[in-house]
Amino acid sequence: MFPELNSLLGGGTVQQGKVTLVAARRTDGNFLLHHFLSSYLRAGCNVCFLGLVQSFSHYNIIAQKLGVNLVLARGEGRLVFLEGLRSCTDLLFGKKEDGDTNPLRFLRCRDGSDLRPLYDFVCASLAPPSGGSWRCPVLIVDDVGVLLSLGATAAQVLDFMQYCRAHVCCKHKGNVLCLIRGDSEDEENELVMKSLWHQSNLVLQAEGLPTGFCKDVHGQLTITWRAAAAGERDRAELYQYKIQDKSVSFFARGLSAAVL
Amino acid sequence: MEGLPQCTALRAGCSKMAAPSNQGVNCREMSAGTETSFRRKVRGKLPAIRGTRPSVHNGQLLLSTGVPSLDHVLGGGLAVGTLLLIEEDTYSTYSNLLLKYFLAEGVVNGHEIYIASASEDPANILKDLPAPLTDEMPKPDDRKSEKQTSGFTEDPQETMKIAWRYQNMAKVESLPMSSTRFGHYYDISKTISPEMLQTAKSHSFYWPGTFLNQEDSLLCSSCEMTCDYYRLLESIQRVIHEGGYDGSNPQKRQKNILRIGIQSLGSVLWGDDICSSEHPQNLHSLTRFLYALRGLLRTSLSTCVITVPAHLIQNKAIMLRVRNLSDTVVGLESFIGSEKETNPLYKDYHGLLHVHQVPRLNSLTCDASDTKDLAFKLKRKLFAIERLHLPPDLSDTVSRLSKQDLAGSAKLLSSGCGTAAAGEKHLDF
Repeated sequence: MFPELNSLLGGGTVQQGKVTLVAARRTDGNFLLHHFLSSYLRAGCNVCFLGLVQSFSHYNIIAQKLGVNLVLARGEGRLVFLEGLRSCTDLLFGKKEDGDTNPLRFLRCRDGSDLRPLYDFVCASLAPPSGGSWRCPVLIVDDVGVLLSLGATAAQVLDFMQYCRAHVCCKHKGNVLCLIRGDSEDEENELVMKSLWHQSNLVLQAEGLPTGFCKDVHGQLTITWRAAAAGERDRAELYQYKIQDKSVSFFARGLSAAVL
Repeated sequence: MEGLPQCTALRAGCSKMAAPSNQGVNCREMSAGTETSFRRKVRGKLPAIRGTRPSVHNGQLLLSTGVPSLDHVLGGGLAVGTLLLIEEDTYSTYSNLLLKYFLAEGVVNGHEIYIASASEDPANILKDLPAPLTDEMPKPDDRKSEKQTSGFTEDPQETMKIAWRYQNMAKVESLPMSSTRFGHYYDISKTISPEMLQTAKSHSFYWPGTFLNQEDSLLCSSCEMTCDYYRLLESIQRVIHEGGYDGSNPQKRQKNILRIGIQSLGSVLWGDDICSSEHPQNLHSLTRFLYALRGLLRTSLSTCVITVPAHLIQNKAIMLRVRNLSDTVVGLESFIGSEKETNPLYKDYHGLLHVHQVPRLNSLTCDASDTKDLAFKLKRKLFAIERLHLPPDLSDTVSRLSKQDLAGSAKLLSSGCGTAAAGEKHLDF
């Protein structure tokens, strides 16, 4: 977790019942995801992570750099990790019987790209235990757009997110965080992104510098706090950032250390 | 020019391109000859496989694309278990060349090779691979080496050292048949020797050559991918599983790498319609295939290079998704048939190279090169990627021409205006 980003977002306390959208426009927004994953785990939340893009070891190695051990958290039951790539391989080349419980089993059927098994998986992994400590559940989705690539329609993806929101945020007072990579040329993806934008309380949009590639400034981040009540307005702040090995530094536009 | 000594060709290549590291060879020689106290720290957990090296940045095992300058651009090489997507140039001349380099590098390093194609017979691709520059890896019956050894009948160690820089370059006899170096240079005017091809273990998948039977069509109906992709995926999975690359049945012999090369994926020849219509029927078959393939690669000791005719794919959204599902994405834009061919800015190059995506594996940062303006050129024997820059204006004809123009216009002016002292003076000279 990056302390600088925490202070920009107004303190490190975990609020409940919030939806956060991380939108990465033609750049890599994964550093934000790693930040939230490590900070939620540090705060002691129960996290369900749908990692559809990378392998578990990738997330684990970065989390270790940020001071969180995912293997340990998984062993303790505080983290449920769905490794999309692995379950896809298992589904296609594993035994038939195992495939019936696979959350991504819609990949097997030709037309019905039914995301219900995935939703059931989320519900099952974030169900409160009968006893013991139970803190704010969190659902993190690494790349909603991958579901579109795998054959789900925009409506199905939005339905899935809506169900998840209802289950996690409203029922269990938890948080939902999702990442989507966007490009204006992909209409379906754009539709999903816009709809999620309107549903979320906090939007972090990372994009490349409009002036072009720069070695010392990796992009700009727009933080938008959505209006909570009817009379209010959205509030947005813009920062530029530079990603380092273990942290990310944020600064106001044009105030990069390389320039000053 | 066939008879040009290869030595000079190599040297010319080396001086311009990012030189491939020859750590493997050097280390071995050092330990055999003089003992030094300096030892490079090597992490123990990475298995030593020929033709690989650990990344300096994130410890990933890297292998070479066969073009050292491309390795340099991609941050040292391709990580094992990842996917390189090459967006083809208009006539797919250079993308096929890159694919062949990648496969040839595998043959030289003794890696296992898997070739899939729908247009060209994989056996022909294999025969057509470029030959490694023989200065690095000579055959014992090389005439040149014989001449050299007959010239120096005494111990070669005793001879005077003229240029110590070159002493590592032409170690003629000491190198084994397949070297441990990372990255080689190739001579595209020659094809690889059949003996070397025989040593390499290769698999192929040729779509028109394989016929569909009843069982397969049943399988395909159960899964949303076009049959061709599913069969290809199944074939790759079989090779990975039988070769023990996924670690399921541990390899008894030394660990090896599987190099997978797939040519023109997504083209009409694969039975896909994304190139022919904007709203294709199987919108998701290519992306699903890539996702499954990536899953296979991540859990195995294999690396894949795919060329995709990006300019033919009608629906831009598909191309964006395909890019998102790959690890490294490189686009080639050749000047053949485009107006850039005659542009003096590009006269030294044959095309542009766009690095669209460099993976961030196991780290927050990625090690991309610091410039985005890259161009490639195909010399007589070498393919090289260079930083695009304006050539220095060394020729004096250019400036003289412009001066004459100026003088001409000055003359016109002076004739019109009567007296213009400065102009006259210039003309008098």
